[in-house]
Amino acid sequence: MTASAMTASAIAAPLVTAFASPMLELRGLGKSFELHHQHGARLDVLDDVELTLHAGECVVLSGPSGAGKSSLLRVIYANYRPSRGAVRVRHDGDWLDLAEATPHQVLEVRRRTLGYVSQFLRVIPRVPALDIVAEPLIEAGLSLPEARQRAGALLHRLNVPERLWRLPPGTFSGGEQQRVNIARGLIVSRPLLLLDEPTASLDADNRSVVAELLEEAREAGSAVLGIFHDEDMRDRVATRLFPMHPLQIA
Amino acid sequence: MSALLQVRGLSHHYGQRIGCQDVSFDLHPGELLCIVGESGSGKSTLLKTAAAQLAPSSGSVRYHQRDGDWLDLEELSEANRRRLAREEWGFVTQNPRDGLRLNVSAGANVAERLMAMGMRNYGQLRDIAKGWLERVEIDPARIDDAPTAFSGGMQQRLQIARTLVTQPRLVFMDEPTAGLDVSVQARILDLLRRLVNELGLAAVMVTHDLAVARLLAARTMVMQGGRVVETGLTDQILDDPQHPYTQLLVSSVLTT
Repeated sequence: MTASAMTASAIAAPLVTAFASPMLELRGLGKSFELHHQHGARLDVLDDVELTLHAGECVVLSGPSGAGKSSLLRVIYANYRPSRGAVRVRHDGDWLDLAEATPHQVLEVRRRTLGYVSQFLRVIPRVPALDIVAEPLIEAGLSLPEARQRAGALLHRLNVPERLWRLPPGTFSGGEQQRVNIARGLIVSRPLLLLDEPTASLDADNRSVVAELLEEAREAGSAVLGIFHDEDMRDRVATRLFPMHPLQIA
Repeated sequence: MSALLQVRGLSHHYGQRIGCQDVSFDLHPGELLCIVGESGSGKSTLLKTAAAQLAPSSGSVRYHQRDGDWLDLEELSEANRRRLAREEWGFVTQNPRDGLRLNVSAGANVAERLMAMGMRNYGQLRDIAKGWLERVEIDPARIDDAPTAFSGGMQQRLQIARTLVTQPRLVFMDEPTAGLDVSVQARILDLLRRLVNELGLAAVMVTHDLAVARLLAARTMVMQGGRVVETGLTDQILDDPQHPYTQLLVSSVLTT
C-alpha cells in the first residue's frame, strides 16, 4: 500500500469502549528527575496524568517534542520510576500498581502482560536475528524449533529477507533493525502494548504491515498505547488521541 | 515464587575496616543478579561472604534446598558447607588461574568435580568433558592440553565448563570478564547468557561494567563503601538512577 492510499483510509473504527474492560489506569501520575550532580536540578516531565486504556483500543499520544510522551511510556513500563501517582495494570485479572510493585512483580508483568517496543533494537552481541525474535517465546515455554519457526514467519511477514535471519543484526540497516525489534515486541501477544515510534524508519509498505499487526492485536483484545509521528500511520491505527503538552517551567 | 537464597543483614569486616555492611537480598531460581560498584566498594567481599567463602561478621545466609528445606549456612559444619559449595553451587573467579588446576589437563579440569561426586567411568568422564569443551567453544581435540597452553579467554571458558559440569543450581561469579579483550568478553557474555538460560541457573555476578549488567541481569544492586545504595530492575537503575552515587556511576561509564 502506498502512503497516499494510507491517507485515504479512515481512522480505525473504535470499539465500543464503554463495554470493553479497562486494562491500564494512570492516576495522578507525575515524574520529576532530580539530578544530584547538576546542582540538584529538578526536571518535571509529567504531572497529574490521568488516562484509562481499554482492551481493544489504540490510544496514540500526541503533542510536540518535550511533551513527555516517551517518558510516559517509560514510566508505565517501570523503566522510569514514577515520582507521584499510580500505574494500575490489570495482570492475570487483578489490579497491580506498578509504582508500588516489587521488581519481581514488575518482571512477571513484563513477561506476560505488558510489552514495550522502542524505536531502537538493543543488539545482543553474537545472537542472530531469528533468535532475538524467538527469545520471548522460549521464555514463555515454547520449544526452540517451534519458537524459531514462528519467529521466521513473523520476520517473513515484515519483509526481513531470510538470508539475514542467521546473522546478528548489529550490521543491519536502521529499518531492518527496527523490523526485528517490532517482531520481538509483538511475537508474544500481550494484553497491553506500549509502542515508542516503532515505525520511524520504515517505508510505507512495512508501516502498513505494522498497522495490520496492530489491528490484529487489538482485535485479539490487546490495549495499545503508542507514539506515531507519521500522521498517516497515526490516522490508520489510532482509535483515540491523547494530547500532551510540555509542562510550564515554574 | 520462593527464593533460592536469602541474605539478611550480612556484614563482613576486615578488623576495623568494613568489607560489606548490612546487605539483604533474595535470589530467585533462574535469576541472574548483578552487583555493581567501583573497586573497593565491597562487591567481591559480599559475593564471597554470601558464597560462604568468608565468615560473616553478622547476618545470615539461608539456602533453599531441592527437598524444600532451608539451610542456614552458619549452622552447617565446615564439611557440609564444602559439600554444598562443591555439589550444588559453583564459583567462577575473576582470574581463571585461581579457579583452574594448572598442572592437569583441560579434560581433567572439567571432569574433576564429577569424579569428586563419585563418577568413575573413564570413557564417560572423557565424553562429558569433550561435550563441555564444545559447549564453551573450545576445540575438543585440546582435551589433553594443560590450561597453561590456553589464552586468557579460553582459560575463562574452561573455568566456566569446570564450574557448570555438575549442573549447579546457584553460581557466584566474580568479574568473569574483567581483564579480557572486548571481543573475547562478548563471546563469554553470550556464552554465560545462553548457559544460564538453558540450565535455568540462578547466579550472582559481580561486575564493574554496567553494560554487562544490562545485558545479563534483570536485577542489579549498586554498592558504595560496603553498603547497597540502590537496588532494583537493571534497566530502571541504568535509565533512571535515583541515588547520587548511581547517577555518577551511570553518567561516568555507561557507553551503550
